Amino acid sequence: MSADPAQNGAPMIEVRALTKRYGRQVAVQEVSFTVGPGEVVGLLGPNGAGKSTILRILACYLTASSGTVRVAGRDVFLEADAVRRLIGYMPENNPLYPDLRVREYLRFRARLKGLRGAAVRARVNAVLEQCGLTEVAGKIIGTLSKGYRQRVGLADALVHEPRLILLDEPTIGLDPHQLRAVRDMIRSLARERTILISSHILPEIEATCGRVLIMFAGRILAADTAANLRQRLSAGGEVVLEVAAPPAELQTCWETHPDVARFECAPADDGYVRCVLTPRGETDLRPGLFALAVERGWRLRELTRRQQTLEEIFLRLTRPDAEAEE
Amino acid sequence: MRPYFILVRRELGWYAGALSSYVTVAAAQFLLGLGFISLLEAFNGEALNAPLTEVFYDTMYFWLVLLLAPPVITMRLFAQERATGTFETLMTAPVGDAAVVLAKFTAALVFYLVTWAPLLLCLGVVRQYIPEHHPLEWRPVASTLLGIALLGGVYVALGCLASALTRSQILAAVLALALGVTLFLVSFLRASVGAGTDWSAAVVRHVSLLSHMEDFVRGVVDTRPLVFHLSLTAWLVFLTVKVVESRRWK
Repeated sequence: MSADPAQNGAPMIEVRALTKRYGRQVAVQEVSFTVGPGEVVGLLGPNGAGKSTILRILACYLTASSGTVRVAGRDVFLEADAVRRLIGYMPENNPLYPDLRVREYLRFRARLKGLRGAAVRARVNAVLEQCGLTEVAGKIIGTLSKGYRQRVGLADALVHEPRLILLDEPTIGLDPHQLRAVRDMIRSLARERTILISSHILPEIEATCGRVLIMFAGRILAADTAANLRQRLSAGGEVVLEVAAPPAELQTCWETHPDVARFECAPADDGYVRCVLTPRGETDLRPGLFALAVERGWRLRELTRRQQTLEEIFLRLTRPDAEAEE
Repeated sequence: MRPYFILVRRELGWYAGALSSYVTVAAAQFLLGLGFISLLEAFNGEALNAPLTEVFYDTMYFWLVLLLAPPVITMRLFAQERATGTFETLMTAPVGDAAVVLAKFTAALVFYLVTWAPLLLCLGVVRQYIPEHHPLEWRPVASTLLGIALLGGVYVALGCLASALTRSQILAAVLALALGVTLFLVSFLRASVGAGTDWSAAVVRHVSLLSHMEDFVRGVVDTRPLVFHLSLTAWLVFLTVKVVESRRWK
């Protein structure tokens, strides 16, 4: 670890023009991104977007069809062994050996990753503690619940104190309680390590990652901070409004409103009218609508903005005009 | 080298803990026991003209164990890890492809030899009650064991290759058995072409496992079969490494 390129300012992950083909099918196309030391980055995209492929290439399990991938300045193809030592990787579905006990498994993995003697015992105990596995350390992995297995997978990824942690869908199939435990663990790790997480669930990524790369059909469509992404997700969303007002008045009001692109009105119960308004551009209609309701003396009982789903964001990002905006 | 030993230990640990390995040993022991009965019948108080090991070898049980045990032992090696996904965790640890393949091959070969251990017990019993005029010589016994190990090497390597080619353990076992039996049956060509002096006869004689084994059980250790078996094993292990590597350039 004496000649350490990451200390000299090399990014932790550097991906340039990465393309991966499986036969004729292109899984990842001309993808480039960098992740600095200490960053927590999320790869967000629907299933089949190429997230797992990128992680597998980073973990030196697959090789790229073209392009270069470096981890801490080392090429994943030419220096695979060195890169593997720097990486803690938890594959999708978290495969484990069901016949081993938790402690046995972690000892085996620690040895395999180059730890020796007293260090094996110390690190295994440390990750057992860190991942809340101490009380199940003597249990056979095959008998553990999904939440515990997930933690065993995480413990395995951490046991050799890797500088970069790659987690492929780490919270898939967990119940809300387990989900929170795993998220808290990831957050606690974030302070000292670089982490790359893949997921197809936005709140998942939002809860843990500082920066998000949105992938769709093998390409990175957008890279942004989670906060900005949330902003963009809610911007331009439809607004739902329920007011008690004469329908005809509402009709003319929306038709002449400069910020409303489209609208739909339907009578609701108790004399209210439910309107769904689509804004022109990225404006937030809500403050204006509230003022309007006060001004005209409408009784207002609901005013909400619909969050765009991830699918809508993907669709928006894949539209040609959206790319021009970028 | 260190990952190799860690992995051998892990694989042997798997064999020691799995029910299927005890079933395999029990089945092999059953077959060897049947062979032992034939051996005792062959004695029947009479003097034998051939070494004891040759008598044992003449029973079909010998070949049954040799042909059936390796596919069963090796079928899980790669297929199981690929099916459950643990292959990915294994191959993303800092270990080389060759170390993984060699470790799995070594562990399977060791376990294969363990399934033959009851044979030593049988021979020990025979030695205890043997007639004075027909002592059990150690040389044919040693060369027989050498033959078992050498042929085992070939068949275990074949099983490794079959297991690396597929995710299905059943398919791996069937493939290994089919290839293994084919290799074995080539020996019988010597009945039709073996007597001749042309090249085809020479080839058949050279690859005839039956003739090699006949030599071994008589206490004859020729370097030709020795080289043949070792190089065939090495070639099959090499092919397995290439198959494991192939995932990278697919």
